[in-house]
Amino acid sequence: MSTVSVSVAFEKARAEGRSALIGYLPAGFPTVPGAIDAIKAMIDNGVDIVEVGLPYSDPVMDGPVIQRATEAALAGGFRVADGLRTVEAVAAAGAPILVMTYWNLVERYGVERFSADLAAAGGAGLITPDLIPDESGPWLEASDAHDLDRVFLVSPSSTDARIAMTAGRCRGFVYATSVMGVTGARSSTSTAAPALVERIRAASKAADQHVPVAVGLGVSNGDQAAEVGAFADGVIVGSALVRCLQDAATPAEGVAAIAALSADLAEGVRRR
Amino acid sequence: MNAFLSAAGLLPDQSGHFGTFGGRFVPEALIAALDGLDAAYRHAQADEAFQAEFGRLLRDYANTPSPLYRADRLSAHAGARVFLKREDLNHTGAHKVRNVLGQALLTKRMGKPRVIAETGAGQHGVASATACALLDLECVVYMGEEDTRRQALNVARMRMLGATVVPVTTGSKTLKDAINEALRDWVTNVDTTHYLLGTAAGPHPFPAMVRDFVSGISVEARRQILEQTGRLPDAVAACVGGGSNAIGAFHAFVPDESVALYGFEAGGDGVETGRHAASITGGSTGVLHGARTYLLQDEDGQTIESHSISAGLDYPAVGPEHAYLHDTGRASYEPVTDAEAMAAFKLLCRVEGIIPAIESAHAVAGALRVIPKLAADLGREPVVVICLSGRGDKDMDTARDFFGV
Repeated sequence: MSTVSVSVAFEKARAEGRSALIGYLPAGFPTVPGAIDAIKAMIDNGVDIVEVGLPYSDPVMDGPVIQRATEAALAGGFRVADGLRTVEAVAAAGAPILVMTYWNLVERYGVERFSADLAAAGGAGLITPDLIPDESGPWLEASDAHDLDRVFLVSPSSTDARIAMTAGRCRGFVYATSVMGVTGARSSTSTAAPALVERIRAASKAADQHVPVAVGLGVSNGDQAAEVGAFADGVIVGSALVRCLQDAATPAEGVAAIAALSADLAEGVRRR
Repeated sequence: MNAFLSAAGLLPDQSGHFGTFGGRFVPEALIAALDGLDAAYRHAQADEAFQAEFGRLLRDYANTPSPLYRADRLSAHAGARVFLKREDLNHTGAHKVRNVLGQALLTKRMGKPRVIAETGAGQHGVASATACALLDLECVVYMGEEDTRRQALNVARMRMLGATVVPVTTGSKTLKDAINEALRDWVTNVDTTHYLLGTAAGPHPFPAMVRDFVSGISVEARRQILEQTGRLPDAVAACVGGGSNAIGAFHAFVPDESVALYGFEAGGDGVETGRHAASITGGSTGVLHGARTYLLQDEDGQTIESHSISAGLDYPAVGPEHAYLHDTGRASYEPVTDAEAMAAFKLLCRVEGIIPAIESAHAVAGALRVIPKLAADLGREPVVVICLSGRGDKDMDTARDFFGV
């Protein structure tokens, strides 16, 4: 099992008067062991919560950086079982591990069986970018049965009613996509994000729920992390971390770059 | 009744499910747009002015109702009374014009200035570019890089019609990746943009809406066959890729239990070879491009590339209503190989003087195969309607290579 749960990680950050840092890397890139080393480097350098992405053939929510990485992982023979092995290998490294996956991989594996195997591997739960709560009956049941977190996404285009419904189904945190678009680093963070975070908090408060709100899509450095951390409970970074591995000449250099960026981001969320 | 009102539209349910199929497996960012589209479509269905304009364009611009042609020489060959629904005579050469006119009118109604579309061989791209030129909409077409090379003529057509063609270089660089790229564009530009999906697949409301827009095929054919023969057909046959011409050809006949419905999938080199595009007969259930349906996937749920000589059928999934009609047994789906389709392609050229789209040739080949059994079951010569969904001018390079002419 994970040494810490997602909610404990958020509580710890809150107690320190800062937002939590959430880092994404895909399993299997550049290799299965290479991704494990990179994830450990994130955790060792201040990432509070890890998202392990499962490479998928049709990643409609991902921009070019993550697409290239997951295509390479699949070309290298990545299997879903490798994703679960990756979770198992990093589960004891000091941060809760969520799996981020397109839904068909879970549906094919079997929702109940995937949930059981994820829990057994020490995973904390799932982030599901193309599964809305409306379609998630079997996952709601399986996540309850196996005590797994379930993170759904909300968007600036979501109505208040959908925000309330979606936040009500989330456990762990609510994933606020700060811009309309796909994953990828952006030079400036979104102006829509603070308003969206406020709308989610208002909806949660009305329902007497206090699930944390994390903001993703576009954060790439410590300055942006500080900016987003000022209004959100969690800051999610993905493409910028993946790019560290892509731009490196050797796996060791990639891991070093991950460590440096993680430290910069961790400093960002601690900045006053 | 207006052609696009559904003749038997009890399904899908409110949230877009055909039994366990369909639904919405998309990012939350698209839900508001899909809800908006659904609402606009429902209003348009009830709006006489919209229907009048759609009807006028279908009649005067698209050249519908298309004829139902009694094909005597093909009938003699087949051992049945065969009628061809001549969608190949529509403007732009296929049934697809019905769908693009409907969706482009809806786009105007929603006040969106920009349309995006995906295309494989380019037929839906050309149709979309046509409707956008007609209705003064910006048009961006995503097309796999491989396909832009193979179908250079259609790329030129789209550009002449004022569309921007964007070659897609990600993934397998084919139709499914063009759809992925269109979905990414839509997530990013959804406020100003309508995604003019080319088939009766994808998230709700697309499968029902596209079906309704193309259901004129069966509404017309049902009326025409009654006028010409005084009776309903024994069977209706259509090819199935994503499945829009087939669902359009089936829809009005679904309540007529005496009418057998046959969908012919692209069997490629043969389903047993693994090189095919037969999602129902050679695939399994899962989620792709926004809906639960039958698709080609590996053990892990990764999409497998499809193979067909016909670019229009070369897609690794199928519209969710076909999945439902298959599971309920209301329609029968069978694969037709490349070789069988090309034999039927040549036959239709020689006995009727009609060069069909290779897609449509799958329907002809499948019908020829099932007619003897139908005749045996009925104890008489069956009456069969085949949807000739498009014309074959676009396929001449393929035919020339295949037959060495």
